[in-house]
Amino acid sequence: MATLTRDEAQALIQEVLEAYPEKAKKDRAKHLAVNDPSVEQSKKCIISNRKSQPGVMTIRGCAYAGSKGVVWGPIKDMVHISHGPVGCGAYSRAGRRNYYVGHTGVNVFGTMNFTSDFQEKDIVFGGDKKLEKLIDEINALFPLVKGISVQSECPIGLIGDDIEAVSKKKGKELDKPIVPVRCEGFRGVSQSLGHHIANDAVRDWVIGNRDGDTSFEAGPYDVAVIGDYNIGGDAWASRILLEEMGLRVVAQWSGDGTLSEMELTPKVKLNLIHCYRSMNYISRFMEEKYGIPWMEYNFFGPTKIAESLRKIAAFFDETIQANAEKVIEKYKAEYDAIIAKYRPRLEGKKVMLYVGGLRPRHVVGAYEDLGMEVVGTGYEFAHNDDYDRTMKEMGEATLLYDDVTGYEFEEFVKKVKPDLIGSGIKEKYIFQKMGVPFRQMHSWDYSGPYHGYDGFAIFARDMDMTVNNPCWNSMQAPWLKSAA
Amino acid sequence: MAMRQCAIYGKGGIGKSTTTQNLVAGLAEAGKKVMIVGCDPKADSTRLILHSKAQETIMQMAADAGSVEDLELEDVLKVGYAGIKCVESGGPEPGVGCAGRGVITAINFLEEEGAYEDDLDFVFYDVLGDVVCGGFAMPIRENKAQEIYIVCSGEMMAMFAANNIAKGIVKYASSGGVRLAGLICNSRNTAREDELIMELARQLGTQMIHFVPRDNVVQRAEIRRMTVIEYDPKAKQADEYRALAQKIIDNKMFVVPTPISMDALEDLLMEFGLMDGEDESIVGKTAAEEAAAA
Repeated sequence: MATLTRDEAQALIQEVLEAYPEKAKKDRAKHLAVNDPSVEQSKKCIISNRKSQPGVMTIRGCAYAGSKGVVWGPIKDMVHISHGPVGCGAYSRAGRRNYYVGHTGVNVFGTMNFTSDFQEKDIVFGGDKKLEKLIDEINALFPLVKGISVQSECPIGLIGDDIEAVSKKKGKELDKPIVPVRCEGFRGVSQSLGHHIANDAVRDWVIGNRDGDTSFEAGPYDVAVIGDYNIGGDAWASRILLEEMGLRVVAQWSGDGTLSEMELTPKVKLNLIHCYRSMNYISRFMEEKYGIPWMEYNFFGPTKIAESLRKIAAFFDETIQANAEKVIEKYKAEYDAIIAKYRPRLEGKKVMLYVGGLRPRHVVGAYEDLGMEVVGTGYEFAHNDDYDRTMKEMGEATLLYDDVTGYEFEEFVKKVKPDLIGSGIKEKYIFQKMGVPFRQMHSWDYSGPYHGYDGFAIFARDMDMTVNNPCWNSMQAPWLKSAA
Repeated sequence: MAMRQCAIYGKGGIGKSTTTQNLVAGLAEAGKKVMIVGCDPKADSTRLILHSKAQETIMQMAADAGSVEDLELEDVLKVGYAGIKCVESGGPEPGVGCAGRGVITAINFLEEEGAYEDDLDFVFYDVLGDVVCGGFAMPIRENKAQEIYIVCSGEMMAMFAANNIAKGIVKYASSGGVRLAGLICNSRNTAREDELIMELARQLGTQMIHFVPRDNVVQRAEIRRMTVIEYDPKAKQADEYRALAQKIIDNKMFVVPTPISMDALEDLLMEFGLMDGEDESIVGKTAAEEAAAA
């Protein structure tokens, strides 16, 4: 199907909104827009970070998901306690493919689930004593643990447990950081507040831990990679490029990250932010307190990678700048070959995205490198600064949908008829049953990495094998085919 | 006769537990089979019946045993004066945990264990002063207490509290069968106290079911951890509690209350001289400003 015109896109939004009752229609209308790349401030056409409407199928998560699942969970040499009843931790265990190296259960704990398993009596009498005991047990059973975070589930906030007091006391006793995080799930409208709360906990309990400690020998090319969660090895495919251009990656978090890397971050010269949404808070804080500049980069697809490498290099001297060019040159034959191989198979294909923190805008370049066009995009939990960044990246008349509902997404897909949808596990099977090729763009569909030049090769292969999979020609039952 | 379930509410410190136990002693003396369910973490709702300091509570025993499922009814149910059955829900110390959840757990446990299935005539819930959360409204939810008695006195705050409790009853009256059954005036010897509470009762659409005069024998009995009826059956005060018990037995006046507005309540208090008329001109003025104006 041809790309929608501006008027057609606008009409489509109106048509979809018709199904809602008046009040819901009024609210949802503010979250749906047709892109206009010339608009500087997104708030003029779209509203975000608001409470979802009751009764709709929203794809959002909660504050606990934002803190434990996203920001803190991947710090591998700490134990993250899911403090409260057993379910939150049990059902989110190892659900995000944050790859790491180490011996699980010995010096790293990434895929394990630690919970205080609240019972009725803990609700009634409070759980502080249990938390103390739990911390002692963790330290005894896993002596190599570097620190512990206490990730609050909903009941903790309701019954008013004093996890800060417990954390301070046990932290002193064990001489390890114990970090209380007030990320009760009922706080905020999505996982986004959980990111912020988690960032604040990093700020208050970790970042200043080595202030005044000069034992670390800082170098002129020290950088930190922040907000790469190493899904399927993304952070590794990214850091290799930074190292090849002569930078020293002192810290990488939270994917495959450690507590000491977080503590060393204030010593670096530049903070490189992959996921702006979830880590901008701590980056701004380090800029304010330590004067460390930060920049967002994008390692999806050769065009954006080259752009980002040059932008990063511009913070440093000519050696680094020359190195950046060398790195781009080194991989050129490789990515040209990938484009030569896959572009003819994917040229002109239309993609609709609906993902989380940064991918709704960051992966656009990678698709464009393959000749594909992103005709609709949206975020689960973005704020308007995300849409400010998005609108420039997108073409005229692209559909923008914030906190899209299950109904809206399906209707848009029916009308736009994209060749590929990139979204999450909850959307996957609905669209596949509708006969639309689908890639999970949260977990890379158990593939990856997609970052960097190495990742681009895998990305291109994955998109091709999904879009051009012969199964899509078998959507019609044989007996219906012969009748037609 | 079908079992009647009654809840006693009222401002903290007004004498709910003392009044409940004394009147329950009166009911028992009159041959009624009664159970008291203490719904206050302080667990002082049964001490005069059991002659004990504080009964072991359901929640404490559940915590010691592991969970409430590990308890049996006979572990938590104690029998005291005149066969009165006593349980205390219990709960945390002040400042930790969730006392409301404790009440919910305890009452669910009693129901599941069949504590209400005996041939009881009355169950009395003695509830913490303020209905601060859903847990403390548990006794008046569906299938629990149908009658509510509010203990009050002729003091301003006690009457404010009574009116607020009436508002809570309206909420639950619309979703279930709970009704206000009367005000019990536990006298503080304020002026025209009986008239005042009768007038408040009238405005709330209910009755002052009994006026319990102040008498030191209540305290003397309490020191001995006894009700007046047990300590000194011939005392005049014992007859007052017997009268209250009999009125409750005979009570037929169960209403959805009509709580009154703040203004109406203040008017009532002013009429009885408990409050001065409000002078709008002094609101928000500091002492210094007043001195400057003078």
